[in-house]
Amino acid sequence: MNRARLGKLAGTVWLAAAAGAVPAAAADWGRINLPRGVTNVSTRIYALHMMAFWICVGIGVVVFGVMIWSLIFHRKSRGAVPDVAMVHSTKVEVLWTAIPVLILVGMAIPAARLLVRINNNTDSQLSIRVNGFQWGWQYKYVGTNVSIISKLSLSSDAASMLDSGINVDRVPHYLLSVTHQLVVPVGEKIRLLITSVDVVHSWWVPDLGVKKDAIPGFINQASFIINPSKTGVYRGQCTELCGRGHAFMPIVVRAVTPAAFKAWLKRKEAAGKSAPAGASASTSPGVST
Amino acid sequence: MDQPYESTAHADHEHKPHGWRRWVFATNHKDIGTMYLIFAGVMFFLGGAAAMAIRAQLFKSGMELFDPGMYNSLVTMHALLMIFGAVMPAWVGLANWMIPMQIGAPDMALPRLNNLSFWILPFAGTLLLSSFFVPGGAPAGGWTMYPPLMEQFGASFPMVVFAIHLLGISSILGAINVVVTILNLRAPGMTLLRMPLFVWAWLITAYLLIAVMPVLAGAVTMLLTDHFFGTSFFNAAGGGSPVMFMHIFWFFGHPEVYILILPAFGVISEIIPTFSRKPLFGYEAMVYATASIAFLSFIVWGHHMFTVGMPVAAQLFFMLSTMLIAVPTGVKVFNWAATMWRGSLSFEPPMLFAVAFLFLFTIGGFSGLMLALVPSDYQYHGTYFVVAHFHYVLVPGAVFAIIGAIYYWLPKWSGRMYDMRLAKWHFWLSVISVNVLFFPQHFLGLAGMPRRISDYAPQFTDWNMVSSIGGFVFGASQLLFPYIIWRCIRSGKPAEARPWEGARGLEWELPSPAPYHSWQTPPSEAVLAHGAEH
Repeated sequence: MNRARLGKLAGTVWLAAAAGAVPAAAADWGRINLPRGVTNVSTRIYALHMMAFWICVGIGVVVFGVMIWSLIFHRKSRGAVPDVAMVHSTKVEVLWTAIPVLILVGMAIPAARLLVRINNNTDSQLSIRVNGFQWGWQYKYVGTNVSIISKLSLSSDAASMLDSGINVDRVPHYLLSVTHQLVVPVGEKIRLLITSVDVVHSWWVPDLGVKKDAIPGFINQASFIINPSKTGVYRGQCTELCGRGHAFMPIVVRAVTPAAFKAWLKRKEAAGKSAPAGASASTSPGVST
Repeated sequence: MDQPYESTAHADHEHKPHGWRRWVFATNHKDIGTMYLIFAGVMFFLGGAAAMAIRAQLFKSGMELFDPGMYNSLVTMHALLMIFGAVMPAWVGLANWMIPMQIGAPDMALPRLNNLSFWILPFAGTLLLSSFFVPGGAPAGGWTMYPPLMEQFGASFPMVVFAIHLLGISSILGAINVVVTILNLRAPGMTLLRMPLFVWAWLITAYLLIAVMPVLAGAVTMLLTDHFFGTSFFNAAGGGSPVMFMHIFWFFGHPEVYILILPAFGVISEIIPTFSRKPLFGYEAMVYATASIAFLSFIVWGHHMFTVGMPVAAQLFFMLSTMLIAVPTGVKVFNWAATMWRGSLSFEPPMLFAVAFLFLFTIGGFSGLMLALVPSDYQYHGTYFVVAHFHYVLVPGAVFAIIGAIYYWLPKWSGRMYDMRLAKWHFWLSVISVNVLFFPQHFLGLAGMPRRISDYAPQFTDWNMVSSIGGFVFGASQLLFPYIIWRCIRSGKPAEARPWEGARGLEWELPSPAPYHSWQTPPSEAVLAHGAEH
């Protein structure tokens, strides 16, 4: 009795501690799954992910169900007598080898199809060179003079300092905002040519379903088509440990209509031409989050 | 009554050096096993301290405690200490203690080698830890040590390389000893297919160690020469390739993962039959499954690097080979479940940890299966989803199995029982907090939080707080463990030779505590049969 009460007390304390730690105002409990994203690929990845998840849940229900049944009904304290003769059965061994193989084949087929499609980088309408560096990204629009240096936004940078005294909840898109965004058109196939000038980085935007490593000496390709209705801002981060600033090299992609993109690119090109040689439009100070 | 062990009264059992000589010049498998376990325990708490610091830093968004460089050092050292300092030596310690007793041998086959392989460890550990105090601080490139990043860490970089060389030598020597002992010192009648599963698992693990530790040594040596002697193995500017390092590292790294978990499979296969009072279901299938997993572990390394830009065919190959591992792993889980089925279960502390292993390791297996699907992996790779996955297989997997093994065999080692109630508290606190700690990390990863970041966007704060609270409770609960062991050794009630009603195997035919030289005369066929049939 005493033990039971003690256990209950511990449980209550536990729950209270867990609940107390959660700032009610900032609660964002909904974010527990992959985003569906805004490209055909990201949506299909989401579907594959959910399929794999539910298959695992299904297997879990069966396997854990059997185990829990044993834990409840085959206990010594219930007077269960062990069936010591039950030590081997070729039939069940074959069965529980074959059934998982079938399930795996069922998962592998859609995964392989999608994989082949994702790795098709042909027929792109726009190529952008992505250079990772410690710590930020440089974007060059191939065939133009437009080059963008995209680093952590100044407000996030200031707030991220040790003992900055700045409440990060008040910083817009803390650690997920940049000085200059990557601007792309929706509805067009965009190919990224990704490399790095120093250490290995990785370019990831979950909503686009794209993650590719930026490796010095290699040019990796990745491509995406944002659904035409999905103009907006999509945020991601570097996902390969790259030193002190690893947490501080976000990626922000602004998807605009093709017409707006053309106009933007023209403006940037003109600005690039009028600027002195070597300096590109992006070096002018400015904060776009 | 059968009197299986006849030589307990022989005075020569107590013929051993005393004081510090007993430990420094140790050649006895039990003394060396004890030292391994103590070393592993110390490293577990140091690595755990690093983990607590990491969870404190991540308690909320906004840089709070450490500068990012220090944070990266903590992440790196946490991994190195836990993998090379805690889990691997703990398994070697258990191998030392149990293999001779389980196969009917007096000791390990190569006692002086055994002494060397242990005594390398404290020096390697000291070298590794002292890198915190050199200019530039401890290495901060992660335990994967990818170049060119790894070469940016001044004086600590060669220290880590040499520490890894030493740890690798120690592991190889330990593994050779295990192989030689198992293949040569088995009692007459102890055929390979009568060996306990723990011995089988260790035999296979030892081959994995011998195969891959030299590969790691080669990789870090090439890093070293790149940095100090102008070679360009991994330097793109000199014609080398950073990606080659990743391939070599993971060719070591994936079997390494199984080095950490296969002995756990062995332990679970000992504990579950004992407390189900029923022999292991599908013994031979278990052996073949373990061997298959070991073989497959050599051909799946590419799944750690799906985002580096491999050809589609290679990605497909690594996806399929990785998915294939689910088959023998599933066979093991099903056989354990079948062992409990229609058994007569009781839940002493070793069984509690084994059952938790069964459930939680399987959850880690599920996330592993999800990670194998390349398109999904593009989203999961490098996020907290991966962190959750490998901590599920390594903490409630490998670590719970080690704790369970110690609770299982401690009465045999010490001749005393421990406080069951306290050990159950240890279990319940651990099993609840470990889930509070790691389950939310699945959510964080899926929601977009990269791993190894020293600060994060505010939207990730809630689950990070929950995870940190779980972490602190888990860390604090582990302090119970040395206390329980200490109390057991000091003042536990005497243990019987077979303290667990359903225990089978030769070790339980020895008195408790087990004699200094386990089996001075090989156990007879009758003893063997008694051990197996009991």
